[in-house]
Amino acid sequence: MGKTTEMNDRPEPTDPNRRQFLAAAAGVSATVVAPGVILQSVAAAPRSEPVTSEVRWGLLIDTAKCADGCSECVKACDRENGLDLQAMPEGADDALWDNQKVVWIRKVKLQDNQTGRITNLPMMCQHCEHPPCVDVCPTGASFKRADGIVMVDRHTCIGCRYCMMACPYKARSFVHLPIEGQLTRVPRGKGCVESCNLCVHRRDYGEESTACADACAEAGHGAILFGDLADPESTIRKRLSEMASRQIREDLALNTGVRYSGI
Amino acid sequence: MATAAVRWSLVAVGLAWALVAQVVLAADARTYVLAGSKAATLASCVEPTDVMRRQHMQFIKHQRDETVHSGIRSSKHSLAGCVDCHVREEVSAGLVPIHHREEFCGACHAYTAVNMNCFDCHASVPNGPGAELAARAAHQAAGVHVTGEARPDGENH
Amino acid sequence: MKRIIYREWRIPPTRYWSLLGILAVVIGIGALAFAHMEHAGHWVTGMSNSVVWGMPHVFAVFLIISASGALNIASIGTVFRKPIYKPLGRLSGLLAAGLLMGGLLVLVLDLGRPERLVVAMTTYNFRSIFAWNIFLYSGFMAIVIAYLWSMADRKGEPFSRPIGVLATAWRLALTTGTGAIFGFIVARQAFDAAILAPMFVVMSFAYGLAIFMLVLMFGFAADARPIGDRLMRRLKNLLGIFILGVLYFTLVYFLTKVYGAKNHDLVGWFLLDGGLYTFLFWVVWVLIGALVPLGIIYHPVLSQERSWIIGACTLVIIGGLATMYVIIIGSQAYPLQMFPGQTVLESGFYDGVQGMPSPYAPTIPEILLGLGGVGVAMLVVAVGVRVLQFLPESLADEVLPPDEEKLTDGVTARSAA
Repeated sequence: MGKTTEMNDRPEPTDPNRRQFLAAAAGVSATVVAPGVILQSVAAAPRSEPVTSEVRWGLLIDTAKCADGCSECVKACDRENGLDLQAMPEGADDALWDNQKVVWIRKVKLQDNQTGRITNLPMMCQHCEHPPCVDVCPTGASFKRADGIVMVDRHTCIGCRYCMMACPYKARSFVHLPIEGQLTRVPRGKGCVESCNLCVHRRDYGEESTACADACAEAGHGAILFGDLADPESTIRKRLSEMASRQIREDLALNTGVRYSGI
Repeated sequence: MATAAVRWSLVAVGLAWALVAQVVLAADARTYVLAGSKAATLASCVEPTDVMRRQHMQFIKHQRDETVHSGIRSSKHSLAGCVDCHVREEVSAGLVPIHHREEFCGACHAYTAVNMNCFDCHASVPNGPGAELAARAAHQAAGVHVTGEARPDGENH
Repeated sequence: MKRIIYREWRIPPTRYWSLLGILAVVIGIGALAFAHMEHAGHWVTGMSNSVVWGMPHVFAVFLIISASGALNIASIGTVFRKPIYKPLGRLSGLLAAGLLMGGLLVLVLDLGRPERLVVAMTTYNFRSIFAWNIFLYSGFMAIVIAYLWSMADRKGEPFSRPIGVLATAWRLALTTGTGAIFGFIVARQAFDAAILAPMFVVMSFAYGLAIFMLVLMFGFAADARPIGDRLMRRLKNLLGIFILGVLYFTLVYFLTKVYGAKNHDLVGWFLLDGGLYTFLFWVVWVLIGALVPLGIIYHPVLSQERSWIIGACTLVIIGGLATMYVIIIGSQAYPLQMFPGQTVLESGFYDGVQGMPSPYAPTIPEILLGLGGVGVAMLVVAVGVRVLQFLPESLADEVLPPDEEKLTDGVTARSAA
């Protein structure tokens, strides 16, 4: 697939090969037999070629559409990734446990100190281009996949939690107790750090969206848009070129993959 | 002279034992796959049995890096595939977690005293929607067609 | 001046074995605490997703920086050529090795997956200061052992100075690296300050020396070996200077922070309305940990009393632990500034709602784990001085070498070589 990408010229977005290629890379599914030649498409085929940086996954959050009191995205994330498997252990302190349970996405409600304007938004891993969590990880377990997804390789994570110290978004959680009954698609266990991975299993099986974005759309808000930030023709890129958006903590120059409008 | 003779006879005994052990292993080959699992209905695993016995850990480890870092999910050496095929179903209790002491992974690892922590994180029975995707990918990659009837994939399904 | 004779620590066996017994109990309880945390998971600690490093890290960082501080005494003798410090070099090296071992154990046993230590030792990400520290720690251990050999073995003597120079450079790198673990965290306002690195170096001077003095005085008193006033005066004056250094860096740290308007809230919180953290800062870090010991050390009468000096050293150690608590935990408790100019009204994950800091209260297992590390450090020293010749027979005034090297000493040494 590496060779395919070289054959495609960035300045010519109308090249049909490139369109097809991007469709393939986007995981809409394809089998590549020879470089540059795409033969067939089958829905939801598992990925067989390494992910490339031709794609950069990201989210656009339209805070104007994010409803006060709605937490459909959070519930959907918990179901999708098996976060609802965690139960407060016996003898634990309620308030402390609330701070120890794993959270990948959360709702935040803000008020401007000067104007009093209220904003609602979901917060999750911002999938930085230059992630501080990756820089600090001693074993390299915290890493950025070629397609822009920042995630943890649990096989090498030693649970030192330095990435949690370094994350400016408080996006990561440490698994504080043993877990049982894991979902096949989302392996998780005690003693490692984890965070939003943009539903990476969905990416690899060629599904279109993330659980949170689907749930938000289903609830009729449509505040979360998932897509490929590297593709000028993608819906998310078109939307981003039309509306003003910001990154949280722009001052750190991390070039986040999650953008917010209306903050 | 006497010591040399003793030494050689010991070597000979050792060789003979190794040969016997091989024969015994070959004779026992099928008994490690548990009845009540999909694997019991199939002729062979994704690799020849003796290769799997010696190298399954390398296969799984190689695949794990490919999957986590490159997103490749179509390999036949997927742990989800192992679990799907080798997990045993009991009529009364349903699927039995594969790392339990009497089960396919657990029994052998207990016998050899090799600590296995895959299932600290990985599902020890096929669980949740999409669990069949990984297994199907492994079967496809191995060129195996599974005829066994589909099992329930957990309460979410 | 006489030849310095080193002898094993010869306190009565009953006393020695009861001391080891006490240490073994402390370590055993620490091990049980570790087993409990490892078995149940970290929910049994006070640490959470908001305050991710807690009491174990307070103890571990304190022990690790004290380790490099304890090595200073040897450095002053060999590298900076102060003969009076030379007889203390062996104990200094042993204490450094012990403290580092204790600190590292606590750090490792607090990991989420401590059984993967081998992963940490074989898989490195060289952008991470943490990975660099793994090398700094293991290198420190190796260098200290070589240093001890060069000081104790006649054949090692010619190498003593080069190894000493290397050890001094390495210990500076180690504490700089430890400080940089915190100083490079851009995400958190209180940490994002390069001054933390030299600040940790100076703190290591003070804490390491305080621990060294206590161990020295205890060891000598228990075995009825004399320590002369000349040495005590030097050591306590040195401690005074190091405490002043800590105060200076504390002042500059807050001055650099308060210069930026965005940090006014942070500094105000630490110094005025941070509750426990404010109390620990003013009362324990500044007053008990620095001003009171300074008062004792520079008091014309009290400073002559051994028991007061012991008190001053103890206070410095208590102050040091409080300093670590405020720096490591307080800095995490202060909410991340993600939305400047906005107040968080509600959050599903404690994002500093209404500016509230994250709660943290240490639980018993994590404190016991930390104390277990202290026990390990002391056990290493106790066994070391008993079986090998680490302690001089006497540090009385008339036995000790002169304070300063005479100009001619260097000349004769060179001509002899």
